[in-house]
Amino acid sequence: MLFLVLAKTLSVAVLVVGVFAPLVIWLARKQSSLQKDRSEANRANGGGGAFLGLSHPLADLPKLLTREDVAPAGANRVLQMLAPMIVAVPAIAALAVIPYGGAYTFGGTSVSFVIADIDWGLLYVFAIGSIATYGAVLARGSSNTSWSMLGGVQSAAQMISYGVVLGLSVVGVFMVFGSLKLTEIAHAQDQLLWSFWGPIGIPNWGIFLQPMGFVMFMACIMAENKRSAFDLPESDSELAAGDVAGRSGARFGLFYMTEFIEVVVIAGLMTSLFLGGWAIPLLSTDMIIAGVSSFFDEGLATIACALLQVGTFIAKMVFMVWLQMRIRLSLPRFRYDQLMTLCWKVMLPLSLVNIFATAAGLLAFGEVT
Amino acid sequence: MPFEVTLFYAFGGLSILGAVAMLLQVRNLVAGAMSLVVSMVSLAGIYVLLEAHLIAVLQIVVYAGAIPMLVLLVVVLLNLRTDDFVPARPGQRPLKWVGAGIAIGVGLFVAHALRRSLAEAPAAVPEGFGGFRDVGLQLFSRYVVPVEAAGLILLAALVGAMLLAKRESE
Repeated sequence: MLFLVLAKTLSVAVLVVGVFAPLVIWLARKQSSLQKDRSEANRANGGGGAFLGLSHPLADLPKLLTREDVAPAGANRVLQMLAPMIVAVPAIAALAVIPYGGAYTFGGTSVSFVIADIDWGLLYVFAIGSIATYGAVLARGSSNTSWSMLGGVQSAAQMISYGVVLGLSVVGVFMVFGSLKLTEIAHAQDQLLWSFWGPIGIPNWGIFLQPMGFVMFMACIMAENKRSAFDLPESDSELAAGDVAGRSGARFGLFYMTEFIEVVVIAGLMTSLFLGGWAIPLLSTDMIIAGVSSFFDEGLATIACALLQVGTFIAKMVFMVWLQMRIRLSLPRFRYDQLMTLCWKVMLPLSLVNIFATAAGLLAFGEVT
Repeated sequence: MPFEVTLFYAFGGLSILGAVAMLLQVRNLVAGAMSLVVSMVSLAGIYVLLEAHLIAVLQIVVYAGAIPMLVLLVVVLLNLRTDDFVPARPGQRPLKWVGAGIAIGVGLFVAHALRRSLAEAPAAVPEGFGGFRDVGLQLFSRYVVPVEAAGLILLAALVGAMLLAKRESE
């Protein structure tokens, strides 16, 4: 049991930190070059070729690790060392509750494709997310420069404000699925919401039940990620990149990496909450297993089903990663007052309206437990 | 030693270390606030070991997330330096021993009360006790009036704070 948990933890952590995050950095550069109509990241020579720019993430690592660790005079070195870790650990820890696949029985042993299947799954993500705010503030507050100090106060205000709406925007999802457990939410989405004919119809996905929740959740979680359009703490024109002033080498690298790990985590969360998780549209788990086992035996059918569903989850996740980049690169940065107006005067009332509408809808059409 | 017991001692030790560190960091408020966070998160770990998941989440969100963040923001905004603190006057010195005495007295009393209550076996709790569903149902049925009253009081405080802050800036 302990061995299984350790194996899952290690494989997910290594896969996301070591493979997904560098690939997402590569993807971000490619998407950026595509949208800006210029070539980007194609020069690093990875031993005989640039490999479509894939050697860039490989070259980044030794570059960042071997760079001299510079800090401004009067910076608090202990806090500066701690801050990147406080940011990185919650992002990686959030991967624990995302269901990458359902639960399958391979010849007697049941394996579920989630590290920690806890009752308070989504609240766990929010709880550790609130710890990450400290990293963001400390990183900027410990540099002893006014620019980064301003960036720190701004990022704290931004993360706290959008955190409020982020929490309210998923209340509708809890109400519809009646659970906080991400595996249960994913499982509920492996059904039909409304059937045209037999198994063909609209799947029971969060995005169809909570379209407003989906849009608000995405906007808020992108604001928490603090990348472009919401990158006020970094804003190079106003704050002289206050965000990164006073950080270098591995400390900067960890921050940079964390932003991309967060992109993967966000994609995973949105997939499991709104896009049906590992569920394949029009093909429920029972149908796959029944269909394949009519040709081969039951064990092979289960393996095929697991592979298909995990593959579906990853495909949806990649789509969400791409969507985040597409939005990010299409929008200019918000002005600070616009950012706050959007949060407190537009999205907060809208999220409350969404909760009331969901409650009214459940009362009228659904069964209330 | 079972794994849970090891974890309990680890979290307990961290919690005490964080609390002591906070007391020792009186002059460095940022480090003090962070020590408080360490202490609070470790307590949440102990609550998880006790399977009190709701309390653990609330502990992290409120006591480790929100309150030290408020402290941190105040510290950052005021930008206090070590020499901004006024040194204690000679007459105030004995007061800290009085405070320490009271704190130790309260601690001993709590320890004594705990020891006595642990002597009897605790009553078994019903299934789902203290869970999200149970607490939610209680809050919105039996305790709905106190919850709404608390909400109103908080709202009044919020509006009042905004009014006071606004007047000052004009």
